[in-house]
Amino acid sequence: MFPAKFEYYAPTTVNQAVALLKKHRDAKVLAGGHSLLPTMKLRLAQPPVLVDIGKVKGLAGIKVAKGGATIGALTTHATIAASKDLRKQCPAITEAAALIGDMQVRNRGTIGGSLSHADPAADYPAVMIALGAEMKAVGPKGARTINASHFFKSLMTTALKPSEVLTEVRLPPHQPNSGCAYVKFPNPASRFAVAGVCAWIALDAKGRCAKASIGITGACATATRASKTEAALRGKELNEETIAAAAAQAADGLDCLSDIHASAEYRAHLVTVLTARAIQQAVARAK
Amino acid sequence: MAQLKLTVNGVIYEADIDPRLLLVHYLRDTLGLTGTNVGCDTSQCGACTVLVDGLAVKSCTMLALQASGSKITTIEGLKQDGVYHPLQQAFWDNHGLQCGYCTSGMIMTAVDFLKHNPHPTEAEIRHAIEGNICRCTGYHNIVKAIKAAATQMADNRPLQRPQGQV
Ligand SMILES: Cc1cc2nc3c(=O)[nH]c(=O)nc-3n(C[C@H](O)[C@H](O)[C@H](O)COP(=O)(O)OP(=O)(O)OC[C@H]3O[C@@H](n4cnc5c(N)ncnc54)[C@H](O)[C@@H]3O)c2cc1C
Ligand code: FES
Ligand code: FES
Repeated sequence: MFPAKFEYYAPTTVNQAVALLKKHRDAKVLAGGHSLLPTMKLRLAQPPVLVDIGKVKGLAGIKVAKGGATIGALTTHATIAASKDLRKQCPAITEAAALIGDMQVRNRGTIGGSLSHADPAADYPAVMIALGAEMKAVGPKGARTINASHFFKSLMTTALKPSEVLTEVRLPPHQPNSGCAYVKFPNPASRFAVAGVCAWIALDAKGRCAKASIGITGACATATRASKTEAALRGKELNEETIAAAAAQAADGLDCLSDIHASAEYRAHLVTVLTARAIQQAVARAK
Repeated sequence: MAQLKLTVNGVIYEADIDPRLLLVHYLRDTLGLTGTNVGCDTSQCGACTVLVDGLAVKSCTMLALQASGSKITTIEGLKQDGVYHPLQQAFWDNHGLQCGYCTSGMIMTAVDFLKHNPHPTEAEIRHAIEGNICRCTGYHNIVKAIKAAATQMADNRPLQRPQGQV
């Protein structure tokens, strides 16, 4: 199988890439190609023009500083999974990266590609919304920042405009007495998330839950917050009972997907189980 | 058409190609390096795994043009001065294959893996070959072969051939 014919451009700067996207309205950005090329080979997508950003300089790399971490859009899952600095500050994202697909997929696939693709079963979206990450996008009118809570619009749809390139992801600085974790129930064949949960928990001086933020992926058409669970945790002492009671509400009000991999009911159940596990790990790390 | 320039097994190639040419087809059909196989053609099986700048990659899910400027290593490039790579030898010695279809992909994945983890446990080896499917279900000996190669490479010991093997 090979894709339908397309015109190919390999710009070396973000501005060149944006200019090409502006000129060719039906063009698609090509990053690692590990979502786009399979769909093009199956002819589910037939973009007439590809703008390959693989040779754009300065888009790959991780910077971890006091003010937060920035991850370039072209940074591969393998690089993120292996980053010790990132693991120290934000283990949920290195955990999510390490659980993506397999070694070869992690060597090619990029965080920018995964976020722009917004597959409902992708891992990073849960982490992005739980941590309140920000996406930097550059378009014909310049750069703008989009908070994760506004980035994922619906099934495979993001807030990015067709002529915009996602250039980097920014994670907020690590707060004292906070911890985060990502846990996932992978599809045994593809490793995509049947359900995945990221929990971020901050403790107050007495060790109670000051703030909780829970992101869910895989279960619904797009990643969402478990707001009922978050509210149920706030101000509580965190023990097995309170965590279980809060996690039991994680799927309340969610419109879960049903497909050949899992029924909506099963996904909803997974969400509650994984939420409890993610909270427990996050709390252990916050202490 | 577009200009491609890359290095495959140490040799520089330049060509004018159709942009939709996949790396695996460039290697197999244009260069005749048929050691790299196409199994699923849908990014699942790993039979097409080659090294791109040292990293194991599924070449059915990469345009040849994306490899422009890169150094590619295929199974044909592993043998050095007539001597098999320790992984190739270990697959032979441990009967790490049945039909052999998955073998080149398994070995290329393991080459990358052992660079990052020279002393792997059995569980780590099994995790590393998650993206490689063996339809003959020969995983047991594949894992054994990778473990044997790791030990040999770490010790830099000459390979011990099992008795009776020619
Ligand atoms: C076998 C297999 C298993 C997988 N398992 C998992 C898994 O378990 N979990 C998971 O999360 N993912 C999984 N994936 C998907 C993988 O993570 C992809 O790498 C990722 O979804 C896309 O990243 P990419 O760099 O390959 O993007 P591409 O395929 O190049 O692009 C994807 C889409 O995003 C757009 N795009 C890419 N980069 C940008 C950018 N910087 N700005 C604007 N638009 C952009 C493209 O136009 C395209 O529409 C799997 C993939 C395969 C093949
Ligand atoms: S042929 Fe490339 S992964 Fe199966
Ligand atoms: S040996 Fe036949 S597919 Fe693995």
